[in-house]
Amino acid sequence: MYLKTFTLAAAVTLAALTVTMGGAAEARDQIRIVGSSTVFPFSTSVAEQFGKTTKFKTPVVESTGSGGGMKLFCSGVGEEHPDVTNSSRRIKKSEFDKCTANGIGITEVKIGFDGIVLGSSKAGPDLDLTLSQVFLALAARVPVDGKLVDNPHKMWSDIDPTLPKQKIEVLGPPPTSGTRDAFVEIAMEGGCEGVAGAKELGLEKKACHIIREDGAFVEAGENDNLIVQKLESNPNAVGIFGFSFLDQNADKMKGAHINGVPAEFEEIADGNYPVSRSLYFYVKQQHVGVIPGIKEFISEFTSEDAWGEDGYLLDKGLIPLSDADRDATIKAATGLQSLSM
Amino acid sequence: MTDLAAIPVSQRKPDLSEAQLRRRYRAEARFRLYGVAAILFAVGILALLLGSIVSTGFSAFTQTEIALDIELDPATIDPAGARDPDVLASANYRKIVRAGLTELFPDVSGRRTKRDLNRLISSGADLTLRDRVLANPSIIGTTLRIWVKSSADIDSFNKGQIPRDVVEADRRVKDNQITWFDALAADDRVRRSFNTTLFTAGDSREPEQAGIWGAAVGSFLTLIVTLALSFPVGVMAAVYLEAFAPKNRWTDLIEVNINNLAAVPSIVFGLLGLAVFLNFFGLPRSAPVVGGTVLALMTLPTIIIAGRAALNAVPPSIREAALAMGASPLQAITHHVLPLAMPGILTGTIIGMARALGETAPLLMIGMVAFIVDIPRTFTDPATVLPVQVFLWADAPERAFVEKTSAAILVLLAFLIAMNLAAVILRKKFERRW
Repeated sequence: MYLKTFTLAAAVTLAALTVTMGGAAEARDQIRIVGSSTVFPFSTSVAEQFGKTTKFKTPVVESTGSGGGMKLFCSGVGEEHPDVTNSSRRIKKSEFDKCTANGIGITEVKIGFDGIVLGSSKAGPDLDLTLSQVFLALAARVPVDGKLVDNPHKMWSDIDPTLPKQKIEVLGPPPTSGTRDAFVEIAMEGGCEGVAGAKELGLEKKACHIIREDGAFVEAGENDNLIVQKLESNPNAVGIFGFSFLDQNADKMKGAHINGVPAEFEEIADGNYPVSRSLYFYVKQQHVGVIPGIKEFISEFTSEDAWGEDGYLLDKGLIPLSDADRDATIKAATGLQSLSM
Repeated sequence: MTDLAAIPVSQRKPDLSEAQLRRRYRAEARFRLYGVAAILFAVGILALLLGSIVSTGFSAFTQTEIALDIELDPATIDPAGARDPDVLASANYRKIVRAGLTELFPDVSGRRTKRDLNRLISSGADLTLRDRVLANPSIIGTTLRIWVKSSADIDSFNKGQIPRDVVEADRRVKDNQITWFDALAADDRVRRSFNTTLFTAGDSREPEQAGIWGAAVGSFLTLIVTLALSFPVGVMAAVYLEAFAPKNRWTDLIEVNINNLAAVPSIVFGLLGLAVFLNFFGLPRSAPVVGGTVLALMTLPTIIIAGRAALNAVPPSIREAALAMGASPLQAITHHVLPLAMPGILTGTIIGMARALGETAPLLMIGMVAFIVDIPRTFTDPATVLPVQVFLWADAPERAFVEKTSAAILVLLAFLIAMNLAAVILRKKFERRW
């Protein structure tokens, strides 16, 4: 008796599973998006709005990181592969080649900018840094008197006497993060160029990317909220995170001026703020018309309601392109222009 | 009195002096104190953890609402007057809601100021109104006082999470919005009511519209698959190994492997799931059927180990008595040993399930860490699970998600406590001691 019910239950569940697995063979009717965690808040906002206002299903958005997204996106054509990937950097040549080899045609859509700020608690001193000072504070090795030595700077005032007499303590994202990639590429590499004698000692390009590991820079995890919380309890520390987190926490946090430019919305939009990067999403052309709604999704993303001056993406912290750039992007995107490299 | 040192060691008597006795009592008191201190420390840490979660999460169970007098103009909602649901569903409710708001503050002009005013209420307010109208079309043509959700920023402001006393530029809520809000409050148009959305909606990018129901259903579907696969397989394996398998090198090897498998980090099962179920079998990404299968692999060793322990605890006399009365070995197991071992097996299963409920790492690899708005209905619909929802909300920049995160943790904890309680009750009720 006992055994019979048991076998019966097992058989029923097995049958049920087979049925549901069989159901998976139907064509996918839902857009699948992967990619950058920086673009994630914007992509999801558009996806939600798209789901509410059109007859299509709400797209599924996964946060896999820019690199992980590209890997999935470029792995092939077919409904088991994603239709769109978000990226907080431009597609690399190697990734493009892989995509092309797998028969994928790509349309690139640039959606706006993201600023990377050096934020600190309102209770801490104001910081006005140049990129070179940022480099001198954070690089693993810096030139001193014509020689390359392990970073000797303990206080900000060691770099420049006009800076506050305060221990250098910077919380930032780990190397797996796109924010970290962009920060070392723009701030560290940019700062490196301005340091006298750095180039002669071989400090250029990638050599500038190495961040010190003597405790002055703390890897605080991928979660920007966590960095903000830690800064709140430690007013002397400085954190590296995305502008949208500064925007949301403006009552507790302030951003350091970089090269004299404050970390403000307008300054980033105008391109005056030096540490900013472009955000993109990439569309698989072969899926347009196969997976329903991709064209409409592009239209929603590039609509004035979304990324325009008063759009909802700006409320989420996106820094928009200029009017002219937006118009040009809309044309290229809705015309599904192919990317070539 | 004899000299102590003069007596050989083997003849030494216990030292019963006053001082030695006191020392022994003190040692015992100290030992107990350490025990109590250890327990107090553990309880204190737990209280701290729960306290911080409850104190931040508690406010998420309420939501600020604003009352608007909304004129449901038939010309806007249903110009033809046919009450066709399609027409009713696609009417411009946003305009109607905004008109209701403008009516309260008629002297607000200018595009930017109007935008600030509209930001008092949630962008989902039009959907609330639409649902009201669809549920009861007869309200068209009347003017109703309707409570709509406030926006997340206003909600945080009302809960005191956005302070009034900082410079306007540093606040998400502007001075004019505060003036309007105070006017509404003075007019009894503001209230805090229980946040049902949190328990009925799927995920959303707007904190006031976000809910955990989608994730809860996802967890439920995933756990059904996990249970359906791991329980029968686990019990069969345990029964065979315990009652039928010969004791030789092979079964020893299998046993060692099962024990090792129980200690494998869960992310490894995720990678396996990616390689086998997604890439080889071509099952859909983000689906509970894949998540459940991966978690079943993870839970299987736990169930087998618990099952074997429970079967082992049944006295051999029961089985021997059954065999002596002429039962076949199969009958002895299924009629006598297995039912007696069931409470122990079920306890192990529930504990394994509770672990599966709290797991995120293996689901990352198979695409269940995703933004999913629609509530899943089948095993192949894209879905996410409760701990993943916690993870996603903790990562969101919007301030209002902080309290939502803690609220989601509380709900997850409630589920876990319920499951563990069920395990305890099962054990208490059915367990037999010999």
